[in-house]
Amino acid sequence: MSYQVPKFRHPDLPLNDLGYTKADYEGTISTLCAGCGHDSISGSIVRACHELSIEPHKIAKLSGIGCSSKTPAYFLGKSHGFNSVHGRMPSVVTGAALANRDLVYLGVSGDGDTASIGMGQFTHVARRNLNMVYIVMNNGCYGLTKGQDSATADRGSASKKGDPNIYSAIDLCGTALQMGATFVARSFSGDKEQLLPLIKAAMSHRGFAFIDVVSPCVTFNNNPQSTKSYEFVREHSEATGTIDFVPMHKEITAQYQPGSSHEVTMHDGSSLRLYKADESLNPFDRRSAITALEDHRYSGSILTGLIYINEDSRDLHEVLETSQRPLNQLDEADLCPGNKMLININASLR
Amino acid sequence: MKRIESINDFVIKFANVNGTGSASANNLFAKALFRMGVPVSPKNIFPSNIQGLPTWYEVRVNDKGYLGRRGGIDIALSVNPQSMADDIREVLPGGYFIYDDTKPLDLRLWRDDITIIGLPLSRLCNENYDDPRQRQLFKNVIYVGALAALLDIDFKVLTGLLEDQFKGKKNLVLPNTHALELGYHYAQANIACPLSIRVEKSDKVGDKILLDGNTALGLGALYGGATVAAWYPITPSTSVVDAFEKYAKRVRIDPGTGRRNYAIVQAEDELSAIGMVIGASWNGARSFTATSGPGISLMSEFLGLAYFAEIPTVLFNVQRAGPSTGMPTRTQQSDILACAYASHGDTKQVLLFPSTPKECFDFGALSFDLAERLQTPIILMTDLDLGMNDNMSEPLAWDDARKYDRGKVMTAQQLEDGMEFGRYLDVDGDAICYRTYPGTHPTKGAFFTRGTSRNEYAVYTEKGEEYEANMLRLLRKWDTINEYVPAPITVDCGRQTDTAVLYFGTSEESSLEALDYLALEGIYLNAMRVRAFPFNYEVQEYIERHKEVFVVEQNRDAQLRTLLMAEFEFGPDKLKSVLCFDGTPISARNIGKQIKNYLKGDNVLPLHRNVNLVRAGESL
Repeated sequence: MSYQVPKFRHPDLPLNDLGYTKADYEGTISTLCAGCGHDSISGSIVRACHELSIEPHKIAKLSGIGCSSKTPAYFLGKSHGFNSVHGRMPSVVTGAALANRDLVYLGVSGDGDTASIGMGQFTHVARRNLNMVYIVMNNGCYGLTKGQDSATADRGSASKKGDPNIYSAIDLCGTALQMGATFVARSFSGDKEQLLPLIKAAMSHRGFAFIDVVSPCVTFNNNPQSTKSYEFVREHSEATGTIDFVPMHKEITAQYQPGSSHEVTMHDGSSLRLYKADESLNPFDRRSAITALEDHRYSGSILTGLIYINEDSRDLHEVLETSQRPLNQLDEADLCPGNKMLININASLR
Repeated sequence: MKRIESINDFVIKFANVNGTGSASANNLFAKALFRMGVPVSPKNIFPSNIQGLPTWYEVRVNDKGYLGRRGGIDIALSVNPQSMADDIREVLPGGYFIYDDTKPLDLRLWRDDITIIGLPLSRLCNENYDDPRQRQLFKNVIYVGALAALLDIDFKVLTGLLEDQFKGKKNLVLPNTHALELGYHYAQANIACPLSIRVEKSDKVGDKILLDGNTALGLGALYGGATVAAWYPITPSTSVVDAFEKYAKRVRIDPGTGRRNYAIVQAEDELSAIGMVIGASWNGARSFTATSGPGISLMSEFLGLAYFAEIPTVLFNVQRAGPSTGMPTRTQQSDILACAYASHGDTKQVLLFPSTPKECFDFGALSFDLAERLQTPIILMTDLDLGMNDNMSEPLAWDDARKYDRGKVMTAQQLEDGMEFGRYLDVDGDAICYRTYPGTHPTKGAFFTRGTSRNEYAVYTEKGEEYEANMLRLLRKWDTINEYVPAPITVDCGRQTDTAVLYFGTSEESSLEALDYLALEGIYLNAMRVRAFPFNYEVQEYIERHKEVFVVEQNRDAQLRTLLMAEFEFGPDKLKSVLCFDGTPISARNIGKQIKNYLKGDNVLPLHRNVNLVRAGESL
């Protein structure tokens, strides 16, 4: 069931550049379990969109099936949403994005929806470099069907039921990198400070931006034997560094020490300032990113933060050379060649 | 031996090896006859293979304009030793067998009741060409030249076609003309020309065109305003998107920017292809995919979503012989039930049944209007026979005043003016509700599309009465759809009869011809061609009015008959089946024989229906 959020708001809620409050980006009340990591991610999405001053109706939010895929009801209530078919969100977003290049496309999925049933579509949307943000709310288990292991569960990790997982885990960041994603990050639902700028950066990136957010399942997979529990993730995550997201028109006021940071100018004119904690990782180099992921897997820690970014890639619309005017705005005059051409075609067929 | 004597009325079959360039030479032959004003119906019978296996090209030549498969071969032209034994056996008594006699004929194949003609094709090639590839290619052109002499084809028409085909490029036209002459002169000098079967200039073609259904569909999508095509390669549908792309490259490039007013994505599979179509259509672009049987199976889950969430979806299904991989390069009409009720749960999908390239074009373009007006998938059901063969067709035409029917889409202004928006709210009483495109209005008109149950305002619900009300509205929408889909076409036999025949798609030509044969024997039947599902009420009334109706279809299980019985509750005694499912197009002789056998008093339909079946080649 969906419940409306109470309409009452504090009169002094801050407005963004478009005059909207954060409440304008909220959805219905979540029906997920109390303490679910997914709700924190929804909260970060709301904040990111508000702070980025994206017009609420210029975002389309799409998902597959599962707990995570229910969340688009809980944020961006003024945006069109599409809760599609299990594992098939990427194809639906691809079609939608081809139809109208002017909207921001946010795909939300889970580890079952992406790493199992939707693995094919996930890899192909990455290799097409579709201009979208793809967030996986990754809890290592199937919540809606009561806690079975998913394909991202680490080998040996056990959910509440107690049986250790016997298969090796799929690292979705690694997969995304291999497949050609041009923005790859990992975060933790419990770390808003890290997640918020990552979502903003992903939304400003032109191309396929992937964020794997470890998001503990409080009901089925938050026990001490699980590597996707709050406690385990807190203790074992190692950040690549921190990032600041600076919108295009904001004056940069903070002082930074030269040499310790990198600045990336995004396609929309905003900039991304990276403070590297791990000198061995070069987030502009795919090989370095893949090595860093492997190194952390080997040492049993979880690499979080921005892992890879390529701001010079061409997204699907560029590759296909589609019209700058959204295809869904073209009419008969643009699309229909008229009877005269048919007369010529007929003549060639006699 | 009595030779078959005929002018402009025969069937010729070419037996080739695939991958040798025979298709274009055979096409040259068919087109030459067509240009002489003689109706032709060529059918390519090819293997699921790229090179080295037998392939056939069967051309029916018929001055009366019968275009369906007749059955029986009058002339076989064999350049493939692999299939020679079968090819010679198929020739009707009094017919001709023409073969490459560079190698002598196996005497065990000899038949006294046909005329056997040798053409030294390999020898002529070896004498005239050094390059092995040229020897292979020109062998085909040489036999077309020989046929020109044997059948009295106007040689100038052939050379004119070469000029057109190669756009006057001398370096291509001259060697091909030379090869034609090689064959022509050999036949003139060594064989009594023309044969007792020959052609003559005629005027039976009129302004008709020779076109394959898949190209017509691609053009239909182009004219219908499709901008997003997503597909996964599968025979026999692949050439639909190929054609769309070919013409889009010509007319859909913005002259100012050089950018494309279309997007084509080759998806990773059919699930993804239909998902893209649904995403694009949801977002207000006209979008389509083309597939065949296995693709339909994969797309079924998404078709249920599109039905239930009411998203316009256009799908062209070029049917082939199933089940499973079946015979991927043979024709059938065997996806009727899989498409009509595609997906789990209670669903009903709109089907269109074109029967000519012109109708592929018209229905192809219409699909987009219907999908957006009716907010549901439109599945256009063609088949390999119509899709991949050149079919004689009325010319294509477009009314330049025509506007696309974009259906009920609420605009930002309407929302601003306070018009009530409920995505599944039936405000007009036709069970079709307003939708909005994403991004329409900052505060109004957004909704959540889902495959789960929801109320009239698109809010999730698990209330049984709300779910039920929505399902019943979808059933009422089915009634509305009835008013929009193409109506059936009837042919009255002009006599008192309580018997009729009902057919659809590519069974039309053969059915009409069979009715002519039967009329000659004093058996009269009315005829109806169904063009869409839901069946219009006219279909129900028509069947009720007749005592018996023969349903002609190209599948084993009489799927359209099942559908008619399910939708109208007719008893099995009312509807009789005329079936063909061997992968070749149904022939007039086959239809005629099945109907006659039944009417002769053999009127207890056998439990196993195939007892009634006749091989395509058997005579009436």
